[in-house]
Amino acid sequence: MTSRALIEVKNLSVLFPLYHGSSRSLKKMVVAAASGRLAQDQQQRVVVRALTDINVHLESGDRLGLVGSNGAGKTTLLRVLAGIYEPVLGSLRVRGSLNALLDPNLGMNMELTGRENILLRGLYNGLPRSALPRLEEDVAEFAELSDFLDLPVRIYSAGMVVRLGFALATAIKPQILLMDEWFLAGDAVFMEKARMRLEEMVRGADILVLSSHQNEIVRQWCSRVLWLDQGKVLADGPADEVLNRYTGSIPHHPADALV
Amino acid sequence: MSSAVTTIAPPKELHLRADMTIATRNRWAMADLADGMHLWRLAWALGWLDIRLRYRGSMLGPFWLTISTGVMVAALGVLYSTLFKIELKEYLPFLALSQVLWGFLAALVSEACGVFTDAEGVIRSVRMPFFVFSMRGLIRNAIVLGHNIVVIVVVFAIFRMWPHPGSLMALPGLLLWAIDALALTLLLGGFCARFRDIQPIVNSIMQIAFFMTPVIWKPNQLSASGIANLAFNPFYDLLEIVRGPILGSDIAVTTWIGACVYSVALCAISWAFFVRARGRIAFWV
Ligand SMILES: Nc1ncnc2c1ncn2[C@@H]1O[C@H](COP(=O)(O)OP(=O)(O)OP(=O)(O)O)[C@@H](O)[C@H]1O
Ligand SMILES: [Mg+2]
Repeated sequence: MTSRALIEVKNLSVLFPLYHGSSRSLKKMVVAAASGRLAQDQQQRVVVRALTDINVHLESGDRLGLVGSNGAGKTTLLRVLAGIYEPVLGSLRVRGSLNALLDPNLGMNMELTGRENILLRGLYNGLPRSALPRLEEDVAEFAELSDFLDLPVRIYSAGMVVRLGFALATAIKPQILLMDEWFLAGDAVFMEKARMRLEEMVRGADILVLSSHQNEIVRQWCSRVLWLDQGKVLADGPADEVLNRYTGSIPHHPADALV
Repeated sequence: MSSAVTTIAPPKELHLRADMTIATRNRWAMADLADGMHLWRLAWALGWLDIRLRYRGSMLGPFWLTISTGVMVAALGVLYSTLFKIELKEYLPFLALSQVLWGFLAALVSEACGVFTDAEGVIRSVRMPFFVFSMRGLIRNAIVLGHNIVVIVVVFAIFRMWPHPGSLMALPGLLLWAIDALALTLLLGGFCARFRDIQPIVNSIMQIAFFMTPVIWKPNQLSASGIANLAFNPFYDLLEIVRGPILGSDIAVTTWIGACVYSVALCAISWAFFVRARGRIAFWV
C-alpha cells in the first residue's frame, strides 16, 4: 500500500431531478403533499433531495456503518463515495484503491461461462493480464463450481449465481471497501463461508463503509455509525451510542421486520 | 485459509467538487479519455460480446448479416442498374461498396444514442470512464463492417476489379471515421440519455440522409447545381473520402476539406458537451 487511505466529504448534497417522469403532474403532487423531500431547483425542476449537507471525514482504520430507514440515502451516499454520482453541492476527496460492492451481479453476463465472467470482471477492474490467472484461480476455488465453471451462467441454479457473484465481488482487495446490504443474502452454509471471506476482506481494508439494516452486523463490524434520515445526518458517533439511540427511536422499525 | 484474497485493486485518487471550473472539468474529461483508452481490452471484449450475444445460438453468427447484405446488394443492383440504365458491371461494385459503408454509418449513428443507457447497470455500480462505452460502440460496428467486407470482396472479384495502390488512400478516411464515431457516441450517448425522444429523431434523420446522399444513386446523375448542393451534405463528403479511393475515382480537394471541417465541428461540439455533461451522465441513464 503506497499512501494512507482517506475519505473526506464536505457539505455534500445530491439532488435527483426527475427527468423522465411527468414533472407537471409531479409538481401538483408536491404542492399537495408539501413533503420536505421533493423540492424545486433554480430551473424549476422537481428534484428529490437524496442527500443534504453531509460531512464525513474517514482515515485509515475507520469503520463506518450507515443506518437509516428505507430511502434515507445510504445507497446514494455509497455511490457518491465510489465516485459514481458526482457532488451537486459540496466536495468529495477519496484517496486509495476502492472497491464498491453495490450490485451483486455487476457486469455479469448470463450467456458467458463462469470462467469468461471472471476474466471480464478482471478487465472491468483494469487488472493487468498477469493478474488474471490468479483471479481466476481464487474465484474458482471459492465459488466451488467445479465443472460448471466452463458452462454458461444461464444454466446455473440461483444459489450458484449468488456464489459466483459474491466470489467475484470479493476477489479484489481494496484499501477502501464500500458495501451495500445485498451481500447478506444467501443460504446458510454458504453464508458461513462468505462471512469468513468478507471478514478477511474487511480486516484487510483500511477504511470500511457499510450500509445495513441488520444492526447486529453494524455493531460487530463498525466502530462508528452515521445515522441518516431523509438524506440528512441525524447522528454521527461511536457505534453503540448511535445504534442505541437509533433502535430506541424506532421501536418497530419496518425494515428490521423485513429482513 | 484457502480463500485468501490476493488480487489488489489498482490505486486511485479522486477529488470532485460541485463548483469545478471549466479548466478542471476539461481535465476530468481528458482523464476520462485517457483512462478509457487504458481499458481498451475491456472495450474490445465488450464489443465482441455484443456481437456474440446478438447472434447467439445461430450457426452462421454475424455472417447472417453478410448474407442479407449480399442478397440486398444483388437485388438492388439488378433493379437499379436497369432503372438508372447503368451497366451492371459498372453499377454493382459501386452499390456493394456504398451499401456496406452506409450500413456501417447508419448503424453507428443509431446505436450511438444507446451507448450509455445500455450500460446503465455498470454506470450505476462502478466509476468507469464513459469513453469505454464509446469505444465499445465503435468496436461493435467495426466488427460488423469487417464481416460485410466479404460482400465487397466477392462483388469486386466477380467483376475482376483488383485492388490498386490508390485504394490505400481510404485509410486516412477510415481513421477520420473512427475519430468522428467516438465523438458522436460521446455526444449522442449523453444527449439521448438526458432527452429520451432524441433516438427516433436521429433515426428519421438517417432515413432522410440515406435518400439525400449518393448511396444507391451516383453523384454524376445529378445536374451541375445538384452536385454543388452536395457540398452541404456532411454524409456525402465523409462517404466519398473512403469510397472514392477504393473505386479509383478522383476525389476533389474540396471533398476532403469538407470532411475535415465537418469532423472538426463535430469533435468541438462533442467535446464542449462532454466536458459539461460528464459528471451528470450517471444521473441521466
Ligand atoms: N436515480 C434516482 N432518481 C431519483 N431518485 C433517486 C434515485 N436514486 C435514489 N433516489 C432517491 O434518493 C433517496 C435515497 O435513496 P437510497 O437508495 O440512497 O436509499 P437507501 O437509504 O439506500 O434505502 P434502502 O434502505 O431502501 O436501500 C430516495 O428517496 C430515492 O427515491
Ligand atoms: Mg439502499
